[in-house]
Amino acid sequence: MFDLPLWPPRASTTAGSVDALFIFLLTLCGFMALAIFTMIIVFAIRYRRRPGHQAEQIEGSNALEFTWTFIPLGIFLCIFVWGAYIYFQERTPPRGAAEVYTVAKQWMWKFQHVEGHREINELHVPVGRDVRMIMTSQDVIHSFYVPAFRIKQDVLPGRYTVAWFHATKAGTYHLFCAEYCGTMHSGMIGDVVVMEPAQYEAWLSGGAALGSLANTGQGIFQSLGCSTCHRFDTQGRGPNLVGVFGRPVLLEDGRTVIADENYIRESILIPAAKVVSGFKPIMPTFQGIVSEEQLNALVAYVKSLNPPPAGAAGTPNLKPPTSQPETNR
Amino acid sequence: MSMATLTAPSAERENYLNQEYGIRSWLLTTDHKRIALLYLLSITFFFFIGGFFALLIRLELLTPAGDLLQADTYNKMFTMHGQVMVFFFLIPAVPAVLGNFLIPIMIGAKDLAFPRINLLSWYLFIIGGLFMLYTILTGGVDTGWTFYTPLSTQFLDTHVVAAALAIFIAGFSSILTGLNFIVTVHRMRAPGMTWSRLPLFVWSNYATSIIQVLGTPVLAITLMLVALERIFKLGIFNPQMGGDPLLFQHLFWFYSHPAVYIMILPGMGVVSEVVTCFSRKRIFGYKFMALAVIAIAVLGFLVWAHHMFAAGISLYAAMIFSLLSYFVAVPSAIKVFNWTTTMYKGSISYMTPMLYAFGFIGLFTMGGLTGLFVAALGIDVHVTDTYFVVAHFHYIMVGGMVMAYLGGIHFWWPKISGRMYPEAWGKLAALIIFIGFNLTFFPQFVLGYLGMPRRYWQYSPEFQVLNVLSTAGATILAVGYLLPMVYLLWSMRYGKVANENPWNAAGLEWMTASPPPTFNFDQTPTVTWEAYNYDELKEVPVER
Repeated sequence: MFDLPLWPPRASTTAGSVDALFIFLLTLCGFMALAIFTMIIVFAIRYRRRPGHQAEQIEGSNALEFTWTFIPLGIFLCIFVWGAYIYFQERTPPRGAAEVYTVAKQWMWKFQHVEGHREINELHVPVGRDVRMIMTSQDVIHSFYVPAFRIKQDVLPGRYTVAWFHATKAGTYHLFCAEYCGTMHSGMIGDVVVMEPAQYEAWLSGGAALGSLANTGQGIFQSLGCSTCHRFDTQGRGPNLVGVFGRPVLLEDGRTVIADENYIRESILIPAAKVVSGFKPIMPTFQGIVSEEQLNALVAYVKSLNPPPAGAAGTPNLKPPTSQPETNR
Repeated sequence: MSMATLTAPSAERENYLNQEYGIRSWLLTTDHKRIALLYLLSITFFFFIGGFFALLIRLELLTPAGDLLQADTYNKMFTMHGQVMVFFFLIPAVPAVLGNFLIPIMIGAKDLAFPRINLLSWYLFIIGGLFMLYTILTGGVDTGWTFYTPLSTQFLDTHVVAAALAIFIAGFSSILTGLNFIVTVHRMRAPGMTWSRLPLFVWSNYATSIIQVLGTPVLAITLMLVALERIFKLGIFNPQMGGDPLLFQHLFWFYSHPAVYIMILPGMGVVSEVVTCFSRKRIFGYKFMALAVIAIAVLGFLVWAHHMFAAGISLYAAMIFSLLSYFVAVPSAIKVFNWTTTMYKGSISYMTPMLYAFGFIGLFTMGGLTGLFVAALGIDVHVTDTYFVVAHFHYIMVGGMVMAYLGGIHFWWPKISGRMYPEAWGKLAALIIFIGFNLTFFPQFVLGYLGMPRRYWQYSPEFQVLNVLSTAGATILAVGYLLPMVYLLWSMRYGKVANENPWNAAGLEWMTASPPPTFNFDQTPTVTWEAYNYDELKEVPVER
């Protein structure tokens, strides 16, 4: 009953930097509040109404007004820069992070590891590794919130949002949905299990994974007939997808977009939205045909068609198929 | 009864309360003071409804399990608590009650510029209120007061449209009141009442009115889009049809962040009047105080997306909005410093209104300082949508605004009712409210940083102790809010009769009878003095 924690566990690199700013602000604002309250109390007592005491009229003081305009402004700007710096790091996932695809729905969290493992309301990650969450929602807006990591990112229907963390301490931590999402909003919770690398490897090999996520995607790619147009040469009616991911793509209307996860996703669901230069808008929509999980697998597959970046200890890449995409080592 | 006969020789001087009797004389009145009282009754009613919902929320959260209410019922409670309190209490509280009553008198006018539109505002408020009551009584609504799409447009089958309509209609009441105030302040000032002599209460209501007129239509449009999307299955916010749910958030907060300033600015006006009176001092830095409210009103329109730092907006947009949020913090800080220095070398008495003003300054300072936390991007990502934010805005809205409102009601009660409230009870209630408030909301800062999300019907057991403290505080707070209701009603009959200036305060409202005659002054006053002329107060001609 008298379990009274006053500080959340600190289990990611971000947590440390958020806490540092928070403690700085606690000190600064604590001091400011104390100063103001002391002034009020001292004035209230010292200048209390009593016989023989008269108020002394003071118009104001421009010098003081400018002082308490510009000094706070200066301090505020410092806080802004510090806060923005942390945010910049939070919003900029490092290269080569392990990727976990996430589908949120009323009221559960579904995770797909690129290795092929799938989890519900439980997410296993290793200590000491960057993990990038690629998230979307099947219905309303949810929010992926792990207090111990001090990260939160709303999960939107119809697009991917991204969060990342680097866990520093093994343990089991709360996962909350932080955006009100209907009846069982407070039941949309789970655990983030941070494991030592060795145990994590054991956990990975323990589960019955049905091949990697990209592998699954490859199967879907075949069965939906994508490969009839998106051939791995230049003869297809659709663009060759090898090496496309992460690169700029020239569109029919002259714009250039980066082929990121959101672009791949949109091109599957609303193919006519951004047609690649030199191709006709003939691709049918797959809205309602592929589930969010299948979409994630397809995206993972398209990503796997990139040659692995030199020296990146990242996700296991599939080899770009040369002739027949079935072959896979 | 003829409205021209103001020199009645009866024992009791004729005033706006006793000039006419009967329900008709109230429902068809165009007297700003009577309309203010109509508002007072209406918003008090809604305050207790909203408060009742709050109490149920706190009782549910006494234990970690969801046991007192069903999950859906709980969701309706926090939704309707927010909607009722924001749109039917906080927004109209100071402007529509105290502003309505005082602005014409403070500037030496007979009434507002458009007395009948003023009555229309109240009727619109009541029609909106009836829709809200309909929503409540026929099963409620559970969108959250923020109506986030696509939850509100595609996934809920509660009375979303009725609730949106209620707020839509009440919004027009707010727009019309704002319009009325703007025109009144521009056109109806008594001779000599220059802009630089306006009481800060008038300045702050003027700034508020600008926000009401410019911002509220955007809310109306947004709610209409929600209703259209629900009824006609349009794809404005629905991503499957090419819409964008974040567009809704931008539109909603474009109004609803400035709405925070609609709620707090008038309260700042009250505090400026009270602090000067009970310190017997001119306000420190009058010009800066007036400029600060205008700066808040203008800058307040440029910070809306700070509600969306974790929502998926672009990195650089977030940085701009964080920066602008720090700018808006500056004028708020200026106000706190000026109130504090106004007390310096004053002659301070601790009457009830002053206790509320102390409470306001303290709690608003806490709310403002925690605003620095949530405006910091890196911290906001962790604390947004948690109890930290809940605590932060309750320190502003309840700790700030409700304190100011109650302080104002006590301060001007002799003017409104012609009777004094019982001072000892007043002080006791102020103290109870201050203690109850802090006990309710301070633990929520800790809960928020620990990571307890808001709008949770059940929660992890380690959060319980802090929740129990919060609920205990809420019950104390409830007692504190009931007390003034009881003794103010009592004082209307049994309170000591007030003279026209029981506080020996500056300002035109204290130079007419308590309660004032229907047209406020027997003769239009000519102003020859600056605001808060506490130095020359004894020389001020007292009208009789």
